[in-house]
Amino acid sequence: MEQLVKRINGMIHLKAYNRQRDDLFFITVEKSQLELVLSHLKNNEGFTHLAFLQAVDFLEDSKFQLTYMLYNYDIRVNLGVKVLIARDKAEMTSIHKLWAHAWQYQRELHELFGINFPGSPRVEESFVLEGWEEMPPMRRDFDTKEYSERTFYQRPGRSTNDPKEYMKEKMYKNYAASPRIRRDDE
Amino acid sequence: MNRKHIDEIEKQMKLANEGLPEEERKFFADVIPTRVDPFNKYWEQFLNWARSRSLWMLAFGTGCGSTELRPLMTSRFDMARFGIFPRPTPRQASVFVVGGYASIKTIKRIIRSYEQMQGPKYVIALGSCTINGGMYYDSYNTINRLDYYIPVDVYIAGCMPRPEALIAGFNRLKEKIVAGECEGMNEYTDKFDWFKKNQKEIIKDWNMPDYNW
Repeated sequence: MEQLVKRINGMIHLKAYNRQRDDLFFITVEKSQLELVLSHLKNNEGFTHLAFLQAVDFLEDSKFQLTYMLYNYDIRVNLGVKVLIARDKAEMTSIHKLWAHAWQYQRELHELFGINFPGSPRVEESFVLEGWEEMPPMRRDFDTKEYSERTFYQRPGRSTNDPKEYMKEKMYKNYAASPRIRRDDE
Repeated sequence: MNRKHIDEIEKQMKLANEGLPEEERKFFADVIPTRVDPFNKYWEQFLNWARSRSLWMLAFGTGCGSTELRPLMTSRFDMARFGIFPRPTPRQASVFVVGGYASIKTIKRIIRSYEQMQGPKYVIALGSCTINGGMYYDSYNTINRLDYYIPVDVYIAGCMPRPEALIAGFNRLKEKIVAGECEGMNEYTDKFDWFKKNQKEIIKDWNMPDYNW
C-alpha cells in the first residue's frame, strides 16, 4: 500500500494520506486530477470496484467533500479517494465512463446535495423526492424541522424529555442518590 | 329545478384532474365519489357481521412496519385463522395496512391504492409514525399524521408493534365493523375536498387523476 501511495505521489500531488485500518486507506487529491487518479487505480492497480460515491457537507469551510470508495478484489483493500469541491455552484466531473453505475450515485447527489455532474445520464431525474421545490435537503443549512412543521400537520400533545434527567428520575432513582452500586455484603 | 341549476350541480361534481394532460382526462373518472348509505338496520348488521369475518388485506408494504406482516401471514401467527387473507391487488382487498412511515413518494401510491380499493374498505395505521410522525417527526420527507390524507379506522401504536399487537388491532377493527362504526369510505366522500387539498399540498407534482377508480 505504501508503494502504491508512492507511485501515485510520483504521478500527481497527493494532498493527504490516511491509513485507518489494514484494509482501509484514504487519499485526498486535487479536483482536477481526480479522473486521472481513478482511471489509473482502475486500470493499473486493480481497484476495479466502485463501492459508493458519497458527499459530506463542510458548511463552515463552504466545501463539499466527495468520497469515491474503491475496492481491490485481489489484495482485499478499500481505498477512499477524497476530493474537496466548492460549495456554491458545486460542480464535479462525471465518472460514468469509468464505472457505468456511477450515474445513479451522481443522480442522488444532484438531488440531495445539489452537486452538478454535467454529462451524467439522467442526472436531472428525481430520485427519492418527487416534485421537490426547496433547496436540496441534505445540505446542512436546510432546516428540516422547520420545514416539517411548516408542511406537515403536527398532532398536539407530543412531548419530549431530557433523556438524562428522565433516566435519573424514573429508572435510577436509587442510583442517583448513591452513584456507586453497593454490593450485598457491604 | 331548472336546467341551469342541474348544469351547475353537474359542474360542481366534475373533478379537475389537473395533473393529467388534456387528452388523457377522458380516460379517468371525472365525477367525485358519492356517499353509500348503510342499508336498513338488520340487513346492514348481517352484512357487517359477514364483512368482519372475511377481511382481505392489501399486501402492500409501505414502510418498515410491513416486516411485521410476514410473520403475521405465515405459520407462526397465522392470520388466516382470523379470517384475514393477503391479496396482491387493491381491487380485491378490503383492508389497507399502512406499515409505518409514509414518505411523500409513498403517500402518492397509498392514495392511488386506497382509492382503487372497492368499498367497504378499512384502513389500519400501524406504528407511531402514522400517528404523529414517530421518530421521523422532523423529517423533510415523511408525513406526520396519516388521517389528514386518508381516513383511518384503527391505529396500532408502537415502534414496531409486534404481530400480537397487530392481531389485537385486527380484532378491534372487527369489533368496530360489527358495531357499524367503520364508515371511513363515506368520511372520505364527505370530506373529499379537504382530503384532496391536504394531499395536493404535499404532493407537488400531481400527475395522476384526482380520483382513481
